[in-house]
Amino acid sequence: MPHIDLTQMKAGQRGSVVAIQGGHGMRARLESMGIRPGVMLTKLSTQFMRGPITVRVGTAHIAIGFGMARRVIVTPEPE
Amino acid sequence: MKKIGKHNINTIAKQVLLIGNPNVGKSVIFSRLTGVGVIASNYPGTTVEFSKGFMGSGTNKMRVIDVPGSYSLNPISPAETVAVEMLERSIKEKNSIIINVVDATNLERNLNLTLQLLKKDIPMIVALNLWDEAKHIGISIDVKKLEQILGVPVVPTVAITGEGIKELVKRLHEAEKGIYQYDDKERWHEIGNIINEVQIIKHKHHTIGERLGDLTIHPWTGVPLALIILLVTFYIIRFIGEGLISALFEPFFENLWAPVMMGLSRMLGSTGIIHDLLIGKLIDGGIDFGESFGILTTGLFVPFAAVLPYIIAFYLVLSFLEDSGYLPRLAILLDKTMHVIGLHGLAIVPMFLACGCNVPGIMATRILETKRERFIAATLMSISIPCMAQTAMIFGLLGKYGPQGLFPVFITLALVWLITGNLMRVFIGGESPEIFTEIPPYRLPYFGALLKKVWMRIHWFFLEAVPFVLVGVFIVNILHTTGVVSFVGRIAAPLITRLLGLPLEAVGALLIGFLRKDLAVGMLAPLGLSLKQLVVASVVLTMYFPCVATFVVILRELGIVDMAKAAIIMVTSAFLIGSLLNLIL
Repeated sequence: MPHIDLTQMKAGQRGSVVAIQGGHGMRARLESMGIRPGVMLTKLSTQFMRGPITVRVGTAHIAIGFGMARRVIVTPEPE
Repeated sequence: MKKIGKHNINTIAKQVLLIGNPNVGKSVIFSRLTGVGVIASNYPGTTVEFSKGFMGSGTNKMRVIDVPGSYSLNPISPAETVAVEMLERSIKEKNSIIINVVDATNLERNLNLTLQLLKKDIPMIVALNLWDEAKHIGISIDVKKLEQILGVPVVPTVAITGEGIKELVKRLHEAEKGIYQYDDKERWHEIGNIINEVQIIKHKHHTIGERLGDLTIHPWTGVPLALIILLVTFYIIRFIGEGLISALFEPFFENLWAPVMMGLSRMLGSTGIIHDLLIGKLIDGGIDFGESFGILTTGLFVPFAAVLPYIIAFYLVLSFLEDSGYLPRLAILLDKTMHVIGLHGLAIVPMFLACGCNVPGIMATRILETKRERFIAATLMSISIPCMAQTAMIFGLLGKYGPQGLFPVFITLALVWLITGNLMRVFIGGESPEIFTEIPPYRLPYFGALLKKVWMRIHWFFLEAVPFVLVGVFIVNILHTTGVVSFVGRIAAPLITRLLGLPLEAVGALLIGFLRKDLAVGMLAPLGLSLKQLVVASVVLTMYFPCVATFVVILRELGIVDMAKAAIIMVTSAFLIGSLLNLIL
């Protein structure tokens, strides 16, 4: 499967995080909320005009700004 | 070994720190342990400052500290910095233990902080909170095994009902330094191993809360729902507020209190300094609670009959919104809008709080990451968000004109919020960080806790606001009898009369506005202003300067330089907008 970023995933789609393209600070921030390579997540929703993206990781729901979400690279599960 | 540990802790532990991720229930546990009421809500970042309380008695008396939530020991917001500093200080002083409050529904993420804490040189016990919710969604955790692995006591709790709290207290003395050894680079791997050993997720079915969560967050359904919720919120506040006033508070003052005051007035001879101070001016031979301006008449009527009903109404509704978990969802829907004013969606939470009172609103800006955001947010709320006390008075004064009276005021303030915010975004250098937040599950607010929270806020109003209003009325009388109002009025005449089109006496309201805005709006009542003048005065009173309580908090949170900058923005924009309204209305 090709790698895409979180913003390119469809709502309802599952995928596994393969990489976070960002500096140490951003990686640490995402990691502290449980978003890190190897983790499965489900995209829940997008907003109009590049608004935040929401995902489910484990039981937690998390909102991520569009720019940050673009740095999260995932392998989507085949639909 | 264990015995010695116990002994050591018993003799040295003088302090308990409640540490954990945001929104896991630390504040509720704190209230349970100490009996001290603190505000707890269903969104991350309710606690931005630490609260202190005491538990136990005699030699067992321990200080308990409710620390702001943090996802890790690398702080990002000022609220998290408070948490980490607090922890480091306690480790140095060697007199504390930690209660690490963990969300049982989200064990994996929470263990990240737990494992970091275990490496610190401080005894610890884990409270596995939200235990009922975890069971409800099919998560079971082997507590004994988790205890073995971590090497510290683990106690399941349901803080909101008090379940497990006794056990937690009983086992506090067993708190120990962690024995769990791991390589920091492998932390997540270790956590994965622990999870595999202790946690079983049986089934994960879509709950009603989750379905509702989906609807309120999808743009097509979420935006209309948000509009409906905000409108309903507004109407409920007005309904309860007005209902309480017309059914309870006004009749009380008019039918019961007025005769008493008239009796007192006659006793005092219907005139004289003491009479005017206590009763005020008689209007057509009687007492007018809005206009007489005595300490016992207007001084009591304003806080109790005009403002309190709206305070009750507002905090009932706000507390419900807070505890349900809706606010973070609103933050996501409004994220793009908030970026227009240089903030991200989460800033809507402080803005909401500011509608009640600017002081907690400005405190809550600590959840924002950068100094620039906090400056914009604090300045904006003190310029364009009237507190509920002031709003209630504006409703009281302009409500009789209906939308014609209220719309110009509130639409102007909304535009000021948007335009001033946008200008600040453009002219103040720096980036706006993006939203990054956990969205808590919807929870049905726990009625008892909700009422307690409303009561705490009303109690605060009694303690902080009512004395200020009484002192304010006293000062109003002094200002008038000593001629200060007419003196300042003459100096400020060009500003007040020419630019704003207000009578000279309105300057008295601007002077008192620094003390209490609600009272200042009340001072407009006896002046016999036209609708246009009332609108101009209400807007200028909101914008021109914060009240003293807000001023002190901004000064503390932003520092003197930024406070001065904010003040310049406030004063200039207030007179600009005021004269503009005077021209076009």
